[in-house]
Amino acid sequence: MRFVPLLLAGLFRKKTRTVLTLLSVMVAFMLFGLLQAVTTAFESGADSADAKRLLTTARYSIIELLPLSYLRRIEGVPGVVGAAHAEWFGAKYQNESNAFPVFAVDPARYLDMYPEFTVAPAEREAFVKTRTGAIAGRRLVERFGWKVGQKLPIASEIHPRAGGDMSWEFDLVGVIDAEDPAVQGNTDMVLINVAHFDEARQNARGRTGWYIIRIADSGQAKEIAAGIDRLFANSPDETKTQPEKEFAIGFAKQIGDIGALISRILAAVFFTILILTGNTMAQSIRERIPELAILKTLGFSDTRVTVLVLAEAALLLLIGGAVGMAAAVGMLPFLNGSTGGRFPPLYVETGTWIGAVAVAVALALMVGLPPAWRARRLRIVDALAGHR
Amino acid sequence: MSEPEASQPEAAASGPLVAIRGVTKHYQRGGERIEVLHGIDLDIPRGDFVALMGPSGSGKTTLLNLIGGLDSPTAGQITVDGARIDQLSSGELSRWRAANVGFVFQFYNLLPVLSAPKNVELPLLLTDLPAGERRRRAGIALALVGLEDRARHKPRELSGGQEQRVAIARAIVTDPVLLVCDEPTGDLDRGTADEVLGLLQMLNREHGTTVVMVTHDPKAADHARRQLHLDKGVLAD
Repeated sequence: MRFVPLLLAGLFRKKTRTVLTLLSVMVAFMLFGLLQAVTTAFESGADSADAKRLLTTARYSIIELLPLSYLRRIEGVPGVVGAAHAEWFGAKYQNESNAFPVFAVDPARYLDMYPEFTVAPAEREAFVKTRTGAIAGRRLVERFGWKVGQKLPIASEIHPRAGGDMSWEFDLVGVIDAEDPAVQGNTDMVLINVAHFDEARQNARGRTGWYIIRIADSGQAKEIAAGIDRLFANSPDETKTQPEKEFAIGFAKQIGDIGALISRILAAVFFTILILTGNTMAQSIRERIPELAILKTLGFSDTRVTVLVLAEAALLLLIGGAVGMAAAVGMLPFLNGSTGGRFPPLYVETGTWIGAVAVAVALALMVGLPPAWRARRLRIVDALAGHR
Repeated sequence: MSEPEASQPEAAASGPLVAIRGVTKHYQRGGERIEVLHGIDLDIPRGDFVALMGPSGSGKTTLLNLIGGLDSPTAGQITVDGARIDQLSSGELSRWRAANVGFVFQFYNLLPVLSAPKNVELPLLLTDLPAGERRRRAGIALALVGLEDRARHKPRELSGGQEQRVAIARAIVTDPVLLVCDEPTGDLDRGTADEVLGLLQMLNREHGTTVVMVTHDPKAADHARRQLHLDKGVLAD
């Protein structure tokens, strides 16, 4: 700690240069924080996936439907402790831009599959009992200003009612919450009671989109999945069963390999910072050769001077990095507000902070080592001879 | 013949503070070997104030650097306060300098980003002293050189003479046994130079600090107790 004032004095020797470099580092780490938050949001489906949950879809396409009658047969597979089904409703609310997932589900079965979703007991009961009932994620409720008890008019782009009308109306009976930020993004949906939906729709009655299956032992996932798929092999509706995480990753990759894309952007950003801060540090040390010689003259050892130069580089990157990450965290509420709930909630997870520190330290080493080595090898008499 | 060692404090206390025996110093510049000092023998008693004089290139500064542990001889022995500093490694020399030697240079060599007290405090950062004690000692050293009222000033806000006083305060703050001064008045006008030399004399006389000073200036050398002349790497009688 006693060397901190010396470090700060050295760092801010040329205030304008240091502040501009700090701003660059700050912007780089702000981008790091924001883009990592995007990656986290995209991976939240996979991260929040339960190892004891399997998903069964039609073998060749997830848009093909499966018979509802599969439910009992799936429940009979050894190792399966419960199953539920869900179907894509294809909703739009008020206008084209207000699109959000609506799933037709068996309320009790579905909510039993997802214990990470929180629904107040009375609201859950109302959802189970109300055939026209619906529950909605907290962020959607807040985004559209919905109130529990109101009618929810939602149009479907896929399912007409008997008679051909695409407009549906449900009773909002509850709200879905989740404490874990990684799960919150998965609650941006409306669940409707399949009992009313299946009865009232014009087409595809008795069929559903996919099954969610809870198993007793995640170590048995592959065997159980294979067992389920064997049940329906060579039938008109063959199935493909896989762990929820695999399904989520595959689904996210339909958009693109977001993680790889973001990694490349960040690599370019940090490479630029490496060049910039490397130049700043080299210039700063070059200007201070006589001062470093004086420190050595006063008894600062080669090692201590080396550490001081490295610490200065680390301080530059850690200050810039911390301010940048804090700026990213500060911006996220505004970004989350501006997406209007159309995107999973962005947040900076602990791993991102650890990653930021690791990147800052790695950059500090790369940036600081060349001038630190030069300072270490500095011969006092030679350095002073130029200043005498 | 027994050699003085750092582990012989009694011998060190009774002998000269600085004992130089057969010291030579060569430099290699490209393919050329430059011989700077040739077989120097010199004793500097405790409490002495020595002025090292000689023309440019005579080896004064090289000898001063060897005495101060900033450089190592090509051959020969240098013993300071009982320590064979020609045998010390780079790290050991750093620790030895921090504990035993104060340095004053022609161009002051203060750190421009630090205030006067922070500059004076620098050598104390290498000790285990708490921050309060470091500040107190820096204050005492500044008071000793008559600059107690320059607590917030940075070097560029001081005159040349004041900067050199701060440099002297930095040199004495650890209470070293030896003060090594390289042309300490070379950048000062006569009046200011006399003040600085008076200060060195005061430290020598009243505090018993041993001073070795390199100078071109005969008037500056007159402030020393004795003068040594170096010519072409050899001490003249």
